[in-house]
Amino acid sequence: MRHGRQEGQVMTAAIEVRGLVKRYGEVLAVAGIDFSVEHGEFFAFLGPNGAGKTTTISILCTLARPTEGTARVAGYDVVREPQLVRQRIGIIFQDPSLDTQLTAWENLALHARVYGVPSRLWRPRAEELLRLVELWERRHHLVRTFSGGMKRRLELVRGLLHAPDILFLDEPTIGLDPQTRRQIWSHLLTLRRETGVTLFLTTHYLEEAEQCDRVAIIDHGKIIALDAPHALKAQVGKDIVVLSTDDDERAARELRERFGFAPMLVDGTIRIETERGDELIPRLARELTVPIRSASLRRPSLDDVFLALTGRQIRDEEASELDLFRERMRFRR
Amino acid sequence: MTLVDVAERVRPPSPALRALVGVLTLWQRDLLRFWRDRTRITGGLAQPLLFLAIFGAGLSPWMGRLGGATMAPDYVQFIYPGIIGMSVLFSSIFSAVSVVWDREFGFLKELLVAPIPRWSIVVGKALGGSSTSMVQGLLLLVLAPFVGVDLDFRAILLLVPLLFLLAFALSSIGLVIAARMRSTEGFGLVMNFLVTPLLFLSGALYPLNNLPSWLLVLTRIDPVTYGIDAIRRVVLAATGVPQPVIDQLGVTLFGHPLNPLVDAAIVLGLGLVLIVIAARQFERPE
Repeated sequence: MRHGRQEGQVMTAAIEVRGLVKRYGEVLAVAGIDFSVEHGEFFAFLGPNGAGKTTTISILCTLARPTEGTARVAGYDVVREPQLVRQRIGIIFQDPSLDTQLTAWENLALHARVYGVPSRLWRPRAEELLRLVELWERRHHLVRTFSGGMKRRLELVRGLLHAPDILFLDEPTIGLDPQTRRQIWSHLLTLRRETGVTLFLTTHYLEEAEQCDRVAIIDHGKIIALDAPHALKAQVGKDIVVLSTDDDERAARELRERFGFAPMLVDGTIRIETERGDELIPRLARELTVPIRSASLRRPSLDDVFLALTGRQIRDEEASELDLFRERMRFRR
Repeated sequence: MTLVDVAERVRPPSPALRALVGVLTLWQRDLLRFWRDRTRITGGLAQPLLFLAIFGAGLSPWMGRLGGATMAPDYVQFIYPGIIGMSVLFSSIFSAVSVVWDREFGFLKELLVAPIPRWSIVVGKALGGSSTSMVQGLLLLVLAPFVGVDLDFRAILLLVPLLFLLAFALSSIGLVIAARMRSTEGFGLVMNFLVTPLLFLSGALYPLNNLPSWLLVLTRIDPVTYGIDAIRRVVLAATGVPQPVIDQLGVTLFGHPLNPLVDAAIVLGLGLVLIVIAARQFERPE
């Protein structure tokens, strides 16, 4: 990993969290979590809205104080040494946080100054980063005139301008259209390759979490699984067969009693985990007394991991009221 | 130079330097935005102009010379310093309350996670608001010849710090309010329950003597009173109004007439207390 700063120093984890709890009055937002992130790692928090992702990131970024437990970021304690933590991290919030009355370049200049980066260092770096995200030509335009995707790209540049050890991204692609999301994502991967920065991401998009080194699945303020995406999917392990029949209730009972499966009814379909899905489908077509309308076979996704652990799907909550509201608000701006 | 090299060479500055950088950066940002938004400057001149040209001209014939003497000012000359103070009042409070815009548009978060102390954000913001409001107030000085006020160089030199101090105290009030505001919907409330009373109690529009005692007490609590009193004493003195007349129209405290220096000291004291309160409110984690 290209991360020269740590050479010759004692290697500590980029992020180290022990017994972290955050209570807002009666509400337990984070219910005691432990994890650590290595330098140069690409780490994701995956979970539905309200699972405690943003609260955790706020604590790690020194914006909120933990009720209990400790967190060390870039080697510094977030409660006792917040200024040192802030110097070593970059943050991209869920909502844009640029001064829209200033130009892109002025936003970067302001950022460089409050982070104490001298001109001779930040100017060439800003140019390089702006070129990478294809904003160099627009640097002297007012941010007010930028699209949502351009603002996000500028925030990526700004977040990396002071050469942080760790870049935090809280739902970086929320509210963007699919094409822009893919574009932001590819820029993110490029920037990571070029800078060697540690990435800590929260998301409820499965396809984003799939591309990380490790994923912590978080639900109701607790980490319920933590591993590389392929290892998590290996826990579910099997093929997944999804059936739609004339009478799902009766078909599910028959699958349980005659075939010995543990079928789940999800979204008006029947879902079965099995070792050899390709052989099961023709067999069911022959032997199931309930007529089958459709059958499909797929490899497990992270959503299946979440479903296996919680009995719910992340997608259920994907287009929550808040998201829709947020998207409308963004439109109005 | 590669992107990685920079990481090795960025050294965090010392805490004192960080605070200074925070103050200066926020200060400069307000000046930059003010300069960019020049329509705001001309817009800010419209209201004081209406007050002087319509309100002042309308009342003036009925008021005669305030204080009776031949060298006493007419009503337009009397409210002219008050209108300068009013302009500073409006622009200071609203520039401070713009922190709420920063909060709503997310920019405040970028500042809150920056490695600068929170109080430096507050102080920088107050100084930025003070500077731009002072400029707005000083722009009104070009109207002096049209309202029959003579300003010499010495008077202008005195008015610069006086306007700045008044603007600083008022920006601090605005920041104390803004620390508690979560949305821009509160702007109307601020206008009705803060700015308007501060204006009406300030002596901008009428002399603050011979008042019913409840009103007298309220006017003495209003910090704008002392700011405008100082501006008025300087302006009237430069125009050649005799000192006894100025004292008659000026603010008295416990029976003693004030002077610009005492006025300035009171405004500065209030400003400092308020900025400390504002800074403390921002220090608390959200």
